[in-house]
Amino acid sequence: MRKVIMGNHAVSYGVRACDVKVLSAYPITPQTQVVELLSEMCASGEIDAKFIKVESEHSAMTACVGASAAGVRAFTATSAQGLLLMHEVLHWAVGARLPIVLANINRAVGPPWSIWTDQNDSLSQRDVGWLQIYCESNQETQDTIVQAFKIAETVKLPVMLVLDAFFLSHTFEIVDILEAKDVRKFLPPYVAETKIDVDDPHSFGNLGSPSEYFELRYMIQKAMEEARDVVKDVDIEFKEHFGRGYGVVHPYRCDGADVILVTSGTVASTTRAVIDEMRDEGIKIGSLKIRLFRPFPVEEVYEVLSKAKKVAVIDRNISFGHHGIFFQEIKSALYGRTDVPIFGYITGLGGRDVTPKVIREIADRAVSDEKQERDINWIGVKV
Amino acid sequence: MFDYLRYIRERNFPHIWCSGCGDGIVLKALIRAVDKLGISRDEMVMVSGIGCSSRTPGYVDINTLHTTHGRAIPFATGVKLANPKLHVIVVTGDGDATAIGGNHYIHAARRNIDLTVLLYNNYIYGMTGGQVSPTTPRGKRASTAPFGNQEPAFNISDLAEAAGASFVARGDVYHAQKLEKLIVKAVQKKGFSVVEILSPCPTAYGRRNRMAHPVKMMEWLRDQTVPVAKWERLSPEEREGKVRTGIIVDVDKVEYTETNDKLIESLKADK
Ligand code: SF4
Repeated sequence: MRKVIMGNHAVSYGVRACDVKVLSAYPITPQTQVVELLSEMCASGEIDAKFIKVESEHSAMTACVGASAAGVRAFTATSAQGLLLMHEVLHWAVGARLPIVLANINRAVGPPWSIWTDQNDSLSQRDVGWLQIYCESNQETQDTIVQAFKIAETVKLPVMLVLDAFFLSHTFEIVDILEAKDVRKFLPPYVAETKIDVDDPHSFGNLGSPSEYFELRYMIQKAMEEARDVVKDVDIEFKEHFGRGYGVVHPYRCDGADVILVTSGTVASTTRAVIDEMRDEGIKIGSLKIRLFRPFPVEEVYEVLSKAKKVAVIDRNISFGHHGIFFQEIKSALYGRTDVPIFGYITGLGGRDVTPKVIREIADRAVSDEKQERDINWIGVKV
Repeated sequence: MFDYLRYIRERNFPHIWCSGCGDGIVLKALIRAVDKLGISRDEMVMVSGIGCSSRTPGYVDINTLHTTHGRAIPFATGVKLANPKLHVIVVTGDGDATAIGGNHYIHAARRNIDLTVLLYNNYIYGMTGGQVSPTTPRGKRASTAPFGNQEPAFNISDLAEAAGASFVARGDVYHAQKLEKLIVKAVQKKGFSVVEILSPCPTAYGRRNRMAHPVKMMEWLRDQTVPVAKWERLSPEEREGKVRTGIIVDVDKVEYTETNDKLIESLKADK
């Protein structure tokens, strides 16, 4: 069945197909419609899940941890400050190796208050040990929820799915809706290997002495490394079932490209339109969308970017005192392997529109202007 | 006519509230109360969290802090400790103060720190689109309870009383003159004081609960509120579906910043 739905509801429809048993959430704009629709689906019996309206995001994630430890699929959604409030428990979910799925609608962090998009909320959770996948369309969003549970349960790590506030969360697109009966063949009912069980008691979150803790952290990193392949395999398997796949990165017209623009989220689709325009003008340019951010797809990125003469990274985020965060990641992925120059561009913070014109400016500068700053160029800032 | 504009930050208008919202009536009562109190605006600080009610400080020309969701009371506690001479007024809502910030609410009351909390109760999360809040009555509809809320609600005045507040009152925007007096008393009180303010949200609450018209919501406020004196005379059956308004608690207790200062003084004297 195809439906015209908003990005937020694409998340809800993804969850609807996954046999999730516990949902827990706290309201925050612009995430709210995700859980509103889910609460309706729960209450009407359309999905067989319990929905708890908790008193904060911290409790929302904590309830997911409890549910997941008890051996069922758990899901929550949030944005910005809500994600930041969850931070402590995000670590907990990783340490306890719980396959929770979270949708974060990228929203700028206050103060000053903003409800509009940028990536600093999710990127400030970079090092907690959650997988992060950035989506670009409503179809991809729905499909990625389903993939996320499969990935999470395979590597025993939680997965965060990320989409842009308003530019995606409130944009209506046609989505081929997944049905639970079809998804079950791809994602069978969840059987937890370890869980809180009266017949076979386990302890989660006990004291880890220096003689144990270190190894547990090593195992998380190993699971993350394994996840690089798992994300790819799950995507391929998904494509076999449903005819749609997304890759961990998405190169666009990169063959023979002298300059490659690196993007993520909805900026990726706007960028492709600009690439087409410039290719028509005879300029050798392409783009690379980063879909999987954690674990970082180092090899795939190297494969594409090492063939370019210049790389331009567009960041809708900033690590204050350093650079754009995707820029840093790209730089570290390529370090020592190629000397292709990499330029960083910061734009679109707090929901400032990243129009084709903005991207064209970046592209033009990257193509022609050798004199610009190497690491950080601010595009459109009025100072 | 009372000159509200003296206290208004005109550059922040038009305000964000929906037509028919009760929050504008509270704003006016608050301004009249501030005027009546005669306290210099330099000695007053207004602190809010997140939500429709928490936009209030943005509109008044007083020292203001618009903080994170649920944390207005801890921010205000910091202000008060740094300079106990300041009159610190917290403007918050039912979601802000009794859900995500519920812990701070009860602990500030227990500590009896000299803050005034104006807690707008509209029974719902208005700003985010009408989700169930801790005060949504059982059976009432919300966007996260399309078939009616299953959970019992908090009585937020009782909560403050039980936690140890020295002044607790409940007012409503239908009785705006009375509300103004309650705010004056609450600010004058030394210790933790709360005014729970029933303020209608026709957009997020009314529309889902057969009170879409703001006038309907005002009538509902008029009909469900009972002054404390009359409340005492009602039987439990007669109290069903009603709420008492007026001063619920007014007691003198040791106040936190004062005892703290005294302790410091006495320790200094011992040296
Ligand atoms: S949503 Fe409700 S509380 Fe918020 S401004 Fe509108 S009427 Fe007032």
